[in-house]
Amino acid sequence: MIRLTINGTDFAVAEGRTILEVCRENGIDVPTLCYHPALKPYGACRLCVVEILGDQRPSRLVASCTYPCQEGIRVKTHSRVVIKNRRLTAELLLAGAYETPDIVALATELGVKEPRYKLPKADSCVLCGLCVRACHEIVGISAISMTNRGISKQVSTPYSGASASCIACGTCVLLCPTGRLSLSDVSGPHLTKHSFTHYRPFYCQLCDDTAQIPSNGRSGTG
Amino acid sequence: MVESGISSTLEAIAEHPKEFVPTIITAACVTICGGTGCRVYGSEDVCQAFRRELSRLNLDGKVDISVKTTGCHGFCEQGPLVVIRPQEIMYAHVRPKDVSEIITKTIFGDEVVERLLYTDPHTGKAILKETEVPFYKHQKRVILDLNGLIDPFDIDEYIEAGGYNALEIVLNERSPEEVIDEIKHSGLRGRGGAGFPTGIKWELCRRQPDHVKYIICNADEGDPGAYMDRSIMEGNPHRVLEGMIIGAYAIGARQGYVYIRNEYPLAVSHLRQAMDQARDRGFLGKNILNSGFDLNISIKLGSGAFVCGEETALMASIEGRIGEPRPRPPYPSESGLWGHPTNINNVKSWASIPIIIKRGADWFAKIGTEHSKGTMIFSLVGNICNTGLVEVPLGISMRELIFDIGGGIPNGKRFKAAQVGGPSGGCIPAECLDVKIDYDSLTSLGAIMGSGGLVVADEDTCMVDFARYFMDFTQEESCGKCVPCRVGTKAMLATLERICAGQGRAGDIEYLEELGQEIKKSSLCGLGQTAPNPVLSTLRYFRDEYEAHIYADTCPAKVCKGLITYSVIPQKCTGCMVCLRNCPVSAISGAKKEIHFIDADKCNRCGTCMSLCKFDAIVVN
Repeated sequence: MIRLTINGTDFAVAEGRTILEVCRENGIDVPTLCYHPALKPYGACRLCVVEILGDQRPSRLVASCTYPCQEGIRVKTHSRVVIKNRRLTAELLLAGAYETPDIVALATELGVKEPRYKLPKADSCVLCGLCVRACHEIVGISAISMTNRGISKQVSTPYSGASASCIACGTCVLLCPTGRLSLSDVSGPHLTKHSFTHYRPFYCQLCDDTAQIPSNGRSGTG
Repeated sequence: MVESGISSTLEAIAEHPKEFVPTIITAACVTICGGTGCRVYGSEDVCQAFRRELSRLNLDGKVDISVKTTGCHGFCEQGPLVVIRPQEIMYAHVRPKDVSEIITKTIFGDEVVERLLYTDPHTGKAILKETEVPFYKHQKRVILDLNGLIDPFDIDEYIEAGGYNALEIVLNERSPEEVIDEIKHSGLRGRGGAGFPTGIKWELCRRQPDHVKYIICNADEGDPGAYMDRSIMEGNPHRVLEGMIIGAYAIGARQGYVYIRNEYPLAVSHLRQAMDQARDRGFLGKNILNSGFDLNISIKLGSGAFVCGEETALMASIEGRIGEPRPRPPYPSESGLWGHPTNINNVKSWASIPIIIKRGADWFAKIGTEHSKGTMIFSLVGNICNTGLVEVPLGISMRELIFDIGGGIPNGKRFKAAQVGGPSGGCIPAECLDVKIDYDSLTSLGAIMGSGGLVVADEDTCMVDFARYFMDFTQEESCGKCVPCRVGTKAMLATLERICAGQGRAGDIEYLEELGQEIKKSSLCGLGQTAPNPVLSTLRYFRDEYEAHIYADTCPAKVCKGLITYSVIPQKCTGCMVCLRNCPVSAISGAKKEIHFIDADKCNRCGTCMSLCKFDAIVVN
């Protein structure tokens, strides 16, 4: 077992757990965007940063979704340094998605209303990578991937055409927090026409029997 | 190609086994710099001219004269460089037409072709010998010592200069643990920039229980203006290989990779050739030197993404995935290539290994400062007289490096700042010139040691524009995975561009500072964590320039086009029409022998008028 303290409370956890997992299991709220419990942690959105002290290095911020619990470390999830940093990250996230409801909601929760810098597109993809990773890790297809780099980075199919390997399962679209991804762009009209649009998915009565799946295949509740 | 001179070198080595410095080749030997800089200047033509001229004189075989292309000599500013040994006479800016004169006068006679000698601009004196040129005199060439002496295509020359001897020592006499102890004792720190102790890194990797381990040579050099690693691989590829083989033995790896940019075709071909030769001689491959140790090394070509110099992105690229960094831990020494323990070192670190083994850790540890041992190679570029590649002991002052070796700033201009550590580094202002160059003092000044790029800026450089240039680079090279680096660097660049365009606003400086500090804290990899450094360090030392741009609408260095205007000084203008005729946007009006006028609204601030005016009648405000 590994012992560490989070916000002053002692925890003993099994080796290999990440800080975020321990926080979530114990009701400590840490905001995330690119994290999904069913996927491998990616560490891209940087909203889940926490402050770490006591490992013979200066205090620093790490992404809690990827950082493994280590013996003797002291973690602060809501210190002033952390809050300030999360706010700026949220503001930068908002810079390209200030008209995307889910991102606006996330930023508002962290206390950011208006980004000081705005990218030309108000509702662009935030490159959380959920769609790409789900397609690779869960569906096992890799119909989409990240292309280009830096500010031009985007989620794309091979050569931006319809992906030959897409099975139109819609997992990517369901996971997307921005609604930028359209199934017909990924799979091409031939697949969506013959499978997805004629296919009415069942959804779990136990989880949410009121959920309505709109025609673009995206979950209404996000 | 083997000269009697080289056999005398061999004898000298046999007599003084501790001395690794190759003695001077006694027979006449013409060494021509074959580094990329000199090649561009036409050194290949010079080499051909020597060969042609010697064969025309029908001397082949009768007289012992060898002509060879070596690696980069370093003094790129003066290329093509030719050194006549054993006299060590250095000729600069040699053209094929000078060759026959050099042969008749210097090689057969005892005369010197004076016009080809390097002239010290400060004393006005011509300097005869390479070693007496100030550029070389103040250097300590440990890694680059053979660069100007041996033919990188010929393994025999490297062996005759004592090469692969360290490997023999290691395989025959040392256990892997002893090798690691020696490296730890030498105090060598990673030359890629971060400065992590190499011996400790090796030990961490060796201790992993996994029986499959890898070593990687990081040759993905991509800083603007930096070509240290390139020159080592072009000039002395065997030393890098030897270091890697020793490292693999110490760590317990059986497979190594050299990750090198495809944009370095010469380095790639030299390395390929070197690997083939090393395999033929039994230094590489199965059962190396009958020791039972096997190692294969493969070359992986990168496509020029700067971020692939980051170790986790580099490994992703080798594996065939997108060159994106991943969070650490786990560190490569625990889980690297394909999940196996991996040790990554920079070219310069690997090249230092044979020297440490051969000359001993104590010898190496004597060079440098308490916490930064050995030598460091810098590429001096920018507004500096002696552009080139220099190797200096750590702990040398910035002043010695820039003024004694670099020869100072051209055209009598004043030194303003030096950007150390490439786009991830910071600038060092004139008031900090006496600081010692080592890992810790540079960090305390807001710069980093980095891989060795050193860009010098003179008084005519606008520091806001300077920072904008580096920000533009990192923004372009960001992989785009994490939000702070992808959007944050773009936001910083946009702000800097606005300031340079004369549209700065109150609060911009504070915004840049806030962005810079937070991006450094939360970015995923080293690229984002260091990208704001040029901006933060210029803000620290040249804040007044930022303020002048924003609050006084002036660019003190008169560089930023949005803040300058060109105008005619009526008293000086003769009405010659030169500027008027050459203005690309027809912004200048006037007639012959009448004072001209520049329309500021039409003017695109290209500066053509000012550079063409013979009467200094155009001024920039």
